[in-house]
Amino acid sequence: MDFRRGFHDGLAIGLGYLSVSFSFGILAVRMGLSWWQAVIVSFANLTSAGQVAGIGIMSASGGLIEMMVSQLVINMRYSLMSISLSQKADSSLNTAGRFMTAHFITDEIFGVAYSRPEKLSRSHMFGIAVLPVIGWTSGTLLGAVCGAILPAIITEALTIGIYGMFVAIVLPVSRKDKAVMTVSIIAVVLSVIFFYVPALKDNISSGFAVIICSVIAAGAGAVFMPKEEEING
Amino acid sequence: MDNSVFFPLLIVMVLTTYLVRAVPFVLFRKKITNPHVRAFFNYIPYAVLSAMTFPAILYSTGSVIASAAGLICALVLAWRGKSLLIVAIGTCLTAFLASLVLMLPIF
Repeated sequence: MDFRRGFHDGLAIGLGYLSVSFSFGILAVRMGLSWWQAVIVSFANLTSAGQVAGIGIMSASGGLIEMMVSQLVINMRYSLMSISLSQKADSSLNTAGRFMTAHFITDEIFGVAYSRPEKLSRSHMFGIAVLPVIGWTSGTLLGAVCGAILPAIITEALTIGIYGMFVAIVLPVSRKDKAVMTVSIIAVVLSVIFFYVPALKDNISSGFAVIICSVIAAGAGAVFMPKEEEING
Repeated sequence: MDNSVFFPLLIVMVLTTYLVRAVPFVLFRKKITNPHVRAFFNYIPYAVLSAMTFPAILYSTGSVIASAAGLICALVLAWRGKSLLIVAIGTCLTAFLASLVLMLPIF
């Protein structure tokens, strides 16, 4: 019962993931991954921004520490979602159940699981996750295959798609929340400085630059614009 | 990509991403109430996405001008609150059309 309801909740998420991961697949093959490498990355990580940063580090043959720190910072928000879900978990989500379902905590799955009034069970979590996992993995496969066979002028245009989606995630929230707008602008300005100042560009890889820019921007926001209210995904 | 580069980085990536989710899920049973900590967690995804998008989006297609056209389209559609899919399609299409125009002999 819990599983079926979750499965139904997961449908819209799965369809949304199909298009985002299609863009990820295109980007991945353009960055030098093979189609099956792109698919493994998606299946095993189930996260958009972390994967885009991750394949950037892979294509630059970056270090293991750089990879670890970047995933830690970029995916840090999942820790807060995990803590929030922890409050809602019923007894079926014992320690083993939590280890089994933790992989499925994404922004959207958290949003759906957290918005339900009742307690969260293990089978509900599995139910919500099925279609998003299938959508995320198969979208990556489609994108990677299309990226490999379509002519360059089309794949080059499609590569910009995932960045367009990132704009579509940040801008509507920034428009409503001045604090998010301020943090985003600080991050952009820092990122532009890291990209164009030769002394910084030559010595700091793009993976570390993203970490430094986002920690400074979010840190400044946290100090000067603290949040009292509940965070909903 | 060479597997000797791919797999070590993949393993570190997957382990880190999994543990970031699993460890707090298993260990923490109490809410975070500190408003500064809450704010930091709330802002970090937007900061990350902003830093990853700019200026990388300008170099994502073959030409900076075509990418800039796509970026402007993304900003307009996203500001109007269009869905991820619509914004993505509009951005790709604009970049594609701009790159076609740039191939005209007058440029």
